[in-house]
Amino acid sequence: MNNNTIKKISNIKQLELMANTIRKDLLLSLMEAKSGHSAGPLGMADIFTALYFNILNHNPKNPLWEKRDYLVLSNGHICPVLYATMANAGYFPKKELLTLRKLGTRLQGHPHREALPGLETTSGPLGSGLSQASGMAYALKLDKKPNLVFCLTSDGEHEEGNTWEAILFAAKNQLNNLIVIIDRNYIQIDGDTENIMPLNPLDKKYQSFNWNVVKINGNNMKEIIAALKKSQKNKNKPLVIIANTTPGKGVSFMENDYLWHGKPPTKEQGDIAIAELCKIESKLKGKNCKLCNLANEQCACIEQR
Amino acid sequence: MTTSLTNLKNLNKQLSLNFNQEKVPTRNGYGDALVELGKKNKNIMVLCADLSESTRVEKFAKTYPSQFVEIGVAEQNLVTVASGLAAMGKIPFASSYACFCPGRCWEQIRTTICYNNQNVKIIGAHAGISVGPDGATHQMLEDIALMRSLPNMIVVVPADYNQTLRATNALAAHKGPAYMRFARDKTPQLTTKKTPFKIGEAQVLKGGSDICLIGAGPIIYECLEAASLLQEKNINAMVINCHTIKPLDHKTILDAAKKCQKIITVEEAQIAGGLGGVITEYLSEIYPVPIKRIGVRDHFGESGEPAQLLHKFGFSAQHIMDEATKMVGKKA
Repeated sequence: MNNNTIKKISNIKQLELMANTIRKDLLLSLMEAKSGHSAGPLGMADIFTALYFNILNHNPKNPLWEKRDYLVLSNGHICPVLYATMANAGYFPKKELLTLRKLGTRLQGHPHREALPGLETTSGPLGSGLSQASGMAYALKLDKKPNLVFCLTSDGEHEEGNTWEAILFAAKNQLNNLIVIIDRNYIQIDGDTENIMPLNPLDKKYQSFNWNVVKINGNNMKEIIAALKKSQKNKNKPLVIIANTTPGKGVSFMENDYLWHGKPPTKEQGDIAIAELCKIESKLKGKNCKLCNLANEQCACIEQR
Repeated sequence: MTTSLTNLKNLNKQLSLNFNQEKVPTRNGYGDALVELGKKNKNIMVLCADLSESTRVEKFAKTYPSQFVEIGVAEQNLVTVASGLAAMGKIPFASSYACFCPGRCWEQIRTTICYNNQNVKIIGAHAGISVGPDGATHQMLEDIALMRSLPNMIVVVPADYNQTLRATNALAAHKGPAYMRFARDKTPQLTTKKTPFKIGEAQVLKGGSDICLIGAGPIIYECLEAASLLQEKNINAMVINCHTIKPLDHKTILDAAKKCQKIITVEEAQIAGGLGGVITEYLSEIYPVPIKRIGVRDHFGESGEPAQLLHKFGFSAQHIMDEATKMVGKKA
């Protein structure tokens, strides 16, 4: 067994670059799949990057490593970002991302634990991930193990009763080894969460349910890392990090548009989106993307893919 | 009518049956088995949704408090927390009334336990019409169909106290999702500590060649009594205790069909998708014979005493005998 854990990235700019790469990779997989969700995955790329490249104890070469932290993705439909992050972390070859949603793939349209090593649960139907994560955290505490459980949820799935059953359970059992991150992007399939079923004040709801609550900008790497680092020393209560994210982050025509919740970009839209991400990359590096010329409207690297 | 069973011919001696035992609820066998299991295996955990006394897990809870998890009235959380515990190597038994679990949390069982293939045991107490005065809301009749249709899930319906005890142990040893249902009432015992039990192996309680009565759950006792009544009419009925609905014991069922050519299934459940469903589905493809399904026919139950309800819904030995006589008579 290989117990070498992943080499962590601590430099914020390097993490931001990785998040940008993950955004490009997930868009490529969606373009190839011709179905799937765009907005949520793009919005959560920074948090996934922070977790897999800085926070989690895990080992891509030994996914069942017993000392690993557990990442439970409750809103399984944003799995393109999970897959792209895992591929970049070394769980499987990046070219496999192009098999997303295709017959015989390990990258099922919604994550299936038994299909791909490194997935902790099967998910998709909303509202049951937090309960599973709570069960895992409960067992870890019972066995006096130090591993942490990170549960990623959406704001929309807080409309599910099962989520609130789990919130009660985790508080009752003081699961301080459980860290919940809510992708608070204010969109769901039919529109704005506050029109469909108001959730605000979400922070006060959690506080009144006896949780510790932190609010961050979920697209600010510095804030994400700081909050997640602090979360590891959480005491007495479970912790929720309400991460305000921009759905479709990084792609101007997708940002904050709920219509991008559940569809992929066409080839043409995807090319424009990736060109935009290349510009971000160049800006982060302080120099032109080695594959593209910023002077052009279209990024040249697209032709080299 | 109990004494009539002692005159039954062709009883299967290998099963060490004994009809002179007191009536005990099947769920007691579950509770007693858990207490033993909890001692042997610290990974055995019991989860409960505010029904620890009536699902008989109270003693386990008191004996092994750290292995017991009270979830409160939240069945969706009950099974999903169980899934999380199983992911960490625990063997959780999630217990409630069958009408609530699996009744209320079917999708969670489907996704987080069956598709996710976690080693969780779903326990549905108070199933069947004989739940009695509580009425139709609490008389679960659709659980077998709900659970049987799920890939990876097995379905066990033990006949009596001893068999429930054995089945609980077998479920703990079986790696994978499982569902087991109990009745509420005290029911007659027929198996003993010596009676073998294996998941997926139906038991021919009594040999016969004129007609085969196949039952699941405590109702099997009525089948034996019906066989006794039929014996008085010189009709030799085979009786099979089909305690595992899934996986079905194909060989035993096919052999019975070939030998008897006529079958009656009896279950305290909807005939759609239950024991009657599984037997007819199987035999219609491979060896069709006339089958009469006794069970609840697209109907809800109602309040009443268990015996009254069993009579009203056609579960009495007399009713089974009448149906059998009709079927055998047709051929004659």
